[in-house]
Amino acid sequence: MTEAFRKEARTWLEEKCPASMRTPAREDEIIGGGSRQVYPNPEARAWLELMAERGWTAPMWPKEYGGGGLSKDEFLILQEEMLRIGARQPIAGMGFSMIGPTLLDYGTEEQKRRHLPRIVSGEVRWCQGYSEPGAGSDLAALQTRCEDRGDHFLVNGHKIWTSGAQHADWIFTLVRTEPQAPKHEGISFVLIDMDQPGVSVKPIKLISGNSPFCETFFEDARCEKSNLVGELNRGWTVGKRLLQHERSSLSGLSSGGSRSRLDGMRELPEIAREYIGLADGRLRDPALRSDILRTEMSQQALRLTQKRAMEETGSGETPSFATSMFKYYSSELVKMRLELQLRVMGTRSFGWEGEEFSEEERALARIWLRSKAFTIAGGSSEIQLNIIAKRVLGLPD
Amino acid sequence: MPLVLNEEQNILKDSAKDFCSKNLPIAQLRKLRDTKDETGFSRESWQQMAELGWAGIAIPEDLGGLGFGYMGLGIVMEEMGRTLAASPMMSTAVLGATAIQLAGSDEQKSRLLPQIVSGELITALCLDEGPHHRPADFDTLATEKSGGLVISGSKQFVLDGHVADQLIVVADLAGETGLFLVDPGAKGVKRKRTFIADSRNAANVDFDEARAERLGQGDATAALARVLDTGRIALSAEMLGGILECFERTLEYLKTREQFGVPIGSFQALKHRAAEMFCEVELSKSVVMEALSALDEGREDTARLASLAKARLTDTYNLVSSEGVQMHGGIGMTDEHEIGFFMKRARVSEHTLGNAAFHRNRYGELEGY
Repeated sequence: MTEAFRKEARTWLEEKCPASMRTPAREDEIIGGGSRQVYPNPEARAWLELMAERGWTAPMWPKEYGGGGLSKDEFLILQEEMLRIGARQPIAGMGFSMIGPTLLDYGTEEQKRRHLPRIVSGEVRWCQGYSEPGAGSDLAALQTRCEDRGDHFLVNGHKIWTSGAQHADWIFTLVRTEPQAPKHEGISFVLIDMDQPGVSVKPIKLISGNSPFCETFFEDARCEKSNLVGELNRGWTVGKRLLQHERSSLSGLSSGGSRSRLDGMRELPEIAREYIGLADGRLRDPALRSDILRTEMSQQALRLTQKRAMEETGSGETPSFATSMFKYYSSELVKMRLELQLRVMGTRSFGWEGEEFSEEERALARIWLRSKAFTIAGGSSEIQLNIIAKRVLGLPD
Repeated sequence: MPLVLNEEQNILKDSAKDFCSKNLPIAQLRKLRDTKDETGFSRESWQQMAELGWAGIAIPEDLGGLGFGYMGLGIVMEEMGRTLAASPMMSTAVLGATAIQLAGSDEQKSRLLPQIVSGELITALCLDEGPHHRPADFDTLATEKSGGLVISGSKQFVLDGHVADQLIVVADLAGETGLFLVDPGAKGVKRKRTFIADSRNAANVDFDEARAERLGQGDATAALARVLDTGRIALSAEMLGGILECFERTLEYLKTREQFGVPIGSFQALKHRAAEMFCEVELSKSVVMEALSALDEGREDTARLASLAKARLTDTYNLVSSEGVQMHGGIGMTDEHEIGFFMKRARVSEHTLGNAAFHRNRYGELEGY
């Protein structure tokens, strides 16, 4: 059964995947979709359309919502077959990793039919409105107001760290609907169309020089009542489920490998051979070699653990028992790995711009700085450790 | 092979858990230690383990083994690791049986393996010669003398060396690495038991022109490497059991011990360290499972996975056992409390068949950097 699927997938991918889509994507080549997406390479658009038509942009979502309807085993085979020819993910983003799975869990039939197919096709791009200036790790302290105006809601407030908001069409957001209730009990989860005058976005320049994050302002923004997900004032439950999906995607579990954040980068030992050199078959700097080995061996152990977690959970489920662990461990490991790459590349590691540095060298300084956010965003490492201690180990409050 | 146990393996796990907690608890190790027991393990328990098929668990079915494969061996080792069980599993069922199976002639296999399976024969692998595990680096020599072979040299840290019925000695014969069977009662063999911190068996053994029989023919370098990797993976499985038990006991203590009027496990300083240990424990489980699978499948990357497992399990056992004592506070320092036994076993395991630095270096060499 699965072998038949493998054959089918292999033949189809071989035939359809354009040659330019069989190389690792640079960061600026990753497709997020949505109405503002530009396609410098027309084959990227063609590849997306071909994959979306089969539902293989969201392989495990049900077919009635545009997904591929694959079982977990088939999904893993599809991934293996894509990896085999180096095929790029045609599209990625929060629609796939966060709001889609959450709507599958908590959305109404109408919400699923309305929103999911447009994620699968790449037509609509989503962003996340969670954090606020006064609500970071203590997310439930959020203040964005959402008032009932009879036939619709009116939203006023200020969200921050809204990744990719400048490219997004819709935002899923946590808002306060009952200001008098205890802080976890007055929150609702709503979907807001960003294409309206009441929503504005301002990019934030980060230490890496890039602006992947924004501030998003709501000033009398309108939200249809049909875009309330879950019950009124019960949004914390929905929001937490979404965070599990987020952690799962940040941990590399759903994509099947924690190196996904380093897509397109060479393996560390390969870079080290070039920048440090070998003597008697070993890297010439014994202390650095030992540190590289520690990190590489941890990386392999983590990959094996991700594989085990996938096998231990049932078909298509989010392996929630350990998502915090994977989010914590993989983000810490990626940071460690990039610090090591700085040591490996020495004075060639901090090139900022200009032709004196290679593209790989220039990219390193940026991603090294960006990686510092990996252990802050999506629940900081400290928050993940709190969750493990409480939910997995059962330690008392 | 999947990294989760099947039903048959789960049944083996339950029966191993049951046997070890009833027959081989830490209290038994303490008794062996306190009475300076001459054998250093319970022969009666070993006989029962042989009847359960454990003594032959690393031997294929056609040679009289149980057919549970290396995953089965790992399951038994893990449960023994939980109770710090002293037994000849490592010396005999793992190292001895594997050496004979991989290097021995058909005659030697059919003579020796059934005796191992039945629990009659205890073997000891004589390998290390100094304070560090350097398997390629030995001075013990085998030479031809009056129509036979004799062995001369000194071996250290020989597991179960003082009680073994059959010594298996690594020595150089005319530039080739060989494995040699030596009768411990033979002229020229001197055995000195060592008493070490984990209360398990080890000995120093000297050979002065002791009569020897070569195990099989030809250079045994590859066979020896495979024997040692099998030992490293089995030991990693044992260490995993110790890690799990030590971690669970420590968690229980964090939930029950009160200071300042609250359970100490409510303090974030301890919570975060416990959560970090949880991650290390989970990674350790995965590498052991994968290494056992590689052995069962006879995979090419077995050596690399053996080093991955032994390095990781060494670091995790040291972490969890040291934190175990620290989090238990003063009571953890007492001999009466059992948590300290795990720390002692962790350090002896660390230096058995190569420490973490040895295995990281080896992993790097196998990866070509």
